[in-house]
Amino acid sequence: MTSAAVSVVQLTHFFDHSELPALDGIDAEIRAGRITGLVGPDGAGKTTLMRLMASLLVPSQGKVTTCGFDTRCDPGPIRERIGYMPQRFGLYEDLSVIENLRLYADLRAVFGRQREEAFERLLAFTDLKNFTSRLAGRLSGGMKQKLGLACALIRRPQVLLLDEPSVGVDPISRRELWRMVRELVDEEMAVVWSTAYLDEAEQCDEALLLNSGKLLFSGAPGALTQRVSGRVAQVRGLPENVKRLTLARLLNHPRVLDGIVQGAALRLLLRDVSDVEVAQLDLPDGAELIPVSPNFEDAFMDILGGGPGGKSELAERYDSLADDGKPVVVAQGLTKRFGGFTAVHDNSFSIRRGEIFGLLGPNGAGKSTTFKMMCGLLKPTEGIGKVAGIDLRHAASKARNRLGYMAQKFSLYGDLSVRENLRFFSGVYGLRGAEQRKAIEQMIEVFELGAYVTARAGELPLGFKQRLSLACAMMHKPDVLFLDEPTSGVDPETRREFWNHINGLVQKGVTILVTTHFMDEAEYCDRIGLIYSGEKIAEGTPEELKQRVASDENPDPTLEDAFISLVRASHVERSLVA
Amino acid sequence: MLPRLCSLIVKELLAALKDPKARFLLIMPPLIQTLLFAFAVTLEVNNMTLAVQNLDGGKWSYELIQRLSASRTFTNVIAVESEEQIMRALDEQLAIAALSIPQDFSRAIEAGIPADVQLLLDGRKTNTAQIVAGYTEQIVGALQQELSGGEQGNVVLIERNWFNPNLNYKWFTLPSLVAILSTLIALLVTAMSVAREREVGTFEQLLVSPLRPVEILLGKAAAALLIATLEATGIILIAVYGFRIPFEGSPLLLYSSMIVFLLSIIGVGLFISSLSMTQQQGILGAFTFMVPAVILSGFATPIENMPEWLQFITLGDPLRWFLVIVRGIFLKGMPAADVAANTWPLAIIAVITLSAADILFRKRME
Amino acid sequence: MTLHALIRMKALILKESRQMVRDPSSILIAFVLPAILLVLFGYGVNMDAQNVELGVAMECSDPAAQRLVGAFQSSPYFDVEVARDRRELLDKVVSGELRGLVIIPQDFTNRLALSEASPILVITDGSETNTANYVRNYAAGVLGVWRSAEARERGYDASARIRLEPRFWYNAELKSRNALIPGSLAVVMAIVGTLLTSLVVAREWERGTMEALLSTPTSPFEMLIGKTIPYLALGFLSLGCSVFVVIFLFGVPYRGSALALMLAGGAFLLSALGQGLLISTVAKNQFVASQGALITAFLPAFLLSGFIFDIASMPWLVRHITRIIPARYLVTNFQTLFLVGDVWAVLIHNVAFLLAIAALLFGLTLRKSPSRLEGSS
Repeated sequence: MTSAAVSVVQLTHFFDHSELPALDGIDAEIRAGRITGLVGPDGAGKTTLMRLMASLLVPSQGKVTTCGFDTRCDPGPIRERIGYMPQRFGLYEDLSVIENLRLYADLRAVFGRQREEAFERLLAFTDLKNFTSRLAGRLSGGMKQKLGLACALIRRPQVLLLDEPSVGVDPISRRELWRMVRELVDEEMAVVWSTAYLDEAEQCDEALLLNSGKLLFSGAPGALTQRVSGRVAQVRGLPENVKRLTLARLLNHPRVLDGIVQGAALRLLLRDVSDVEVAQLDLPDGAELIPVSPNFEDAFMDILGGGPGGKSELAERYDSLADDGKPVVVAQGLTKRFGGFTAVHDNSFSIRRGEIFGLLGPNGAGKSTTFKMMCGLLKPTEGIGKVAGIDLRHAASKARNRLGYMAQKFSLYGDLSVRENLRFFSGVYGLRGAEQRKAIEQMIEVFELGAYVTARAGELPLGFKQRLSLACAMMHKPDVLFLDEPTSGVDPETRREFWNHINGLVQKGVTILVTTHFMDEAEYCDRIGLIYSGEKIAEGTPEELKQRVASDENPDPTLEDAFISLVRASHVERSLVA
Repeated sequence: MLPRLCSLIVKELLAALKDPKARFLLIMPPLIQTLLFAFAVTLEVNNMTLAVQNLDGGKWSYELIQRLSASRTFTNVIAVESEEQIMRALDEQLAIAALSIPQDFSRAIEAGIPADVQLLLDGRKTNTAQIVAGYTEQIVGALQQELSGGEQGNVVLIERNWFNPNLNYKWFTLPSLVAILSTLIALLVTAMSVAREREVGTFEQLLVSPLRPVEILLGKAAAALLIATLEATGIILIAVYGFRIPFEGSPLLLYSSMIVFLLSIIGVGLFISSLSMTQQQGILGAFTFMVPAVILSGFATPIENMPEWLQFITLGDPLRWFLVIVRGIFLKGMPAADVAANTWPLAIIAVITLSAADILFRKRME
Repeated sequence: MTLHALIRMKALILKESRQMVRDPSSILIAFVLPAILLVLFGYGVNMDAQNVELGVAMECSDPAAQRLVGAFQSSPYFDVEVARDRRELLDKVVSGELRGLVIIPQDFTNRLALSEASPILVITDGSETNTANYVRNYAAGVLGVWRSAEARERGYDASARIRLEPRFWYNAELKSRNALIPGSLAVVMAIVGTLLTSLVVAREWERGTMEALLSTPTSPFEMLIGKTIPYLALGFLSLGCSVFVVIFLFGVPYRGSALALMLAGGAFLLSALGQGLLISTVAKNQFVASQGALITAFLPAFLLSGFIFDIASMPWLVRHITRIIPARYLVTNFQTLFLVGDVWAVLIHNVAFLLAIAALLFGLTLRKSPSRLEGSS
């Protein structure tokens, strides 16, 4: 095929309420026979670009041509030729699997033999054959995603647009989806896959990297990682207690562009190929610098000119908390039953002062139930939860005064201004008068919210929302911080900034509990409890978990590999018992 | 506890009033409805059309028609020629009533023989028809009195309408609207507030703070109380200064009983709110309460007319009690003892609804 | 309209019907809510005054006065409390225990005997304006009865010079219920119709399915049809059940034809559903849509439909404002159908207005339904 399936020329798009363009001067071509990744953090403009391709939006300036039709004047023929799966899959949860399929078949005029064949093919393809009469709302996340895909594929589209198909889906289903889409792509079909996970970009044939509405890169992913080859290395062999201090120091080092924690090691992006010398970074004794293969995120950070450094104003102003050697957060045999269903079974863990503990598991595994019990929101059926020495059964309110909480999605009051949110949360935690004013001013200063104090929180740029959420959780100077998927979909720069704060706070003795199903968040943890089907199936440092699944063919497994193997093993064990 | 509560109240107020669409819906419709309903709610009968079939054509029939059309009740008199036309005028609602004057009407009167006049009324509009009939009877009676020389006119009925000498309906309606529209507002603010926080995701953030469930409810209740009281004040001001409705009683008594009343409504609103997982259930609950509360309040039709079992149910309707108070304080200058007699049932209802809301709210958190 | 468009509409109707049937709240709204409301309206809204608490201060105890008190006591409208002195009763008017007070003064019979004007005082509680009017009128009525009885007693010719015979057509016993219940039915259907659809569009936006629909060849018009037909059908069912309740439970006669009922009901349902759809489409979120429904669906239909308060008696401006209240037309139509029969002149006039309102609402809804995600024209 010579002509592009979708071509985007000089595209700029504005939304009514904003002066900044959501997309700014984009030129791109999407070709049949390939998977094109639309990669970038939340708020980068991925969904907007995808909606423009689907002719759901009209470009403010420039031109988008899909399947040879101008999206501005010919939405009709375009909509007959595309398949589109919006976020949350666009399914009717109160219709069954087959009813959803029939609906979309009718809407897309697929009848007769063709229709029977399509159902046959798609049900087999998605493995949903045995579930045709189940309501879509009762399907697991992975199955919903497959059904969404099937609905988009009812009439073989020329362009298949998938908007963040892997959000909220566990790694196992994610891998399966990739396999399926890979099978689909042929000479006739172009696939556009948008994602906030930079690691997914590496699996695409072609990638469009977006950030703040600008196209940073387009081409084969390999070409992008090329630019940082030889400059990415891991620091290994660091003593555990200096890991975070070292990172903070290295991030301010002139030769280091970027760095993150990966289990026991640090991953660094260096300014120059020649910087891969231990001596130059003056690492502690015993530490070694080992070159590793670069990934998309390294390259992305390189384009941005490096991360935000290693300083945390927040942590610097935080008072050190004394360590009395006792665990700060304790769960003993936590069990929660809802009627006959056991959501959490006999879960125990304890977290020391200044430690980051992660609860890792797929959606619906019981993470959030455990989490709610530890906040005192749910009463455990059995077992005890303690925070800062306070038993949650007796003094939940008192215990909650000692902890800070940051939810997975932005859950502050969107209609209220930044200052009103800060005032509300500080007030709720009992701060008042001069103390309250001081805390608010300090947060505005530390998080550089000055320009936004009167803006509605819901309209802040994403990075600032993240900052405001953390500010609201920290104003009362808690000993313990609970984080629920704190950085999902957040751009790498904000993510680094966030973890800088957390690393700094941990140094001061703040104890952290994280629940997540993202591997990069799990890598920051000192220890991880792996939760599956309501039970803790493994616990250990990220290194230990990886080592447990190391084998000859995969001597250096990633945390995701470890996760998948451990979950599978537990699944097999369970079915043997049953 | 107090500063925590204050922050919560400020937040609730901002949440209810900051979104322009929601703010508009909360403020404008009640004020517009105050004006509209004040004029609409009346059982006075004006601007009616009377169809007349006059087969007589003499002096007395002319006199009778003149007298009937001289009032505000009948502003329009249409002449009809036949039975069929009378039928048509009534069937098609061209006239509320049809007066049929027989051929020998004037002659019979002159001769001192009783003369029959027939009045046909549209029974579809029972109330209007009844009032029209009564009014026509009055006019005919007065004419009759004159004819018979007033020999038995020595018993006179002297009417005194206390508290509302001209029986002006606006005096009745506007104080009632203070109660009804503030019920609507209190429900609007509370009935969907928990479900909304659940759907937006802020609810958990609230629950992990040291706030206890009862404090969360108190915060929501206080904010709703404040908004509803303010709007009620707006309506009271419209009534007193816009419509010149007399305000005879003590504002202090009115406000203190109004707070108890609003708390009982807010209790219902929060109960609905805690019960519903989605906003759709919230709105269904709000309707299920609001409509019966208005019907059973005695606002549109008197409670005395209801069957006893239903009268018993009205005892649980906060509006029923507060309507008596608000009209009493406006028009009668109701003394404290009478206000108290109607306020304690409200206090009981408030205690029941608020504690039910609290119990359910805590239960629902599990 | 192509064949494909028809098939799409059929699919959307099927989808919406399934969602509707599976959503317990739509069943609640269509069947349970009207049943409850009809019972409440049926028994609660009653304008036939009875048992009005009336005080009679009998300060004169002559036989004539006693007969007058007796006349009040035997009236079905009043619950009479008799006292010797007005001071015993005046406070009860203030506190609301009595709705009115009739005072027969000490010199009542004396004055009568002297052929002077002898006053009887009627005091009403004007704060209950409605009841005060009853008290006035019925007291005058009772007095009239007593007066002619007295006249006969004294041998006067009581026969009137003009005999007025009022006759109430369509509702001979003048039961207000017979007229009010069809009116209530109209108000209840106004609430039900609006509630049914007021959240359905907002829900699709919030659940993200609207985006998926828009990416298919479906047009806004097809979506609107897809949403209207199922709820229209449900509305008809709901109406049918309610009419059944009205006829058989409340014993209100129905004198019209089934066709006329369908026509009146259908035209009304279209406008009520249109009102809900417009609210839902404009609001785009359930919170605002719910508020809009709560504000517009009940009180305006209740107070401005002429169901209790006669529209003709309202001031000019308000009279014209009621023209946009769909319930107004249904109240008249139902009162006519139940009590009179098929009066086509009335029916067609009202149905035409309802259809015009429905067309306006649907037109606005269509204008506000974007075929893309932003910038609706």
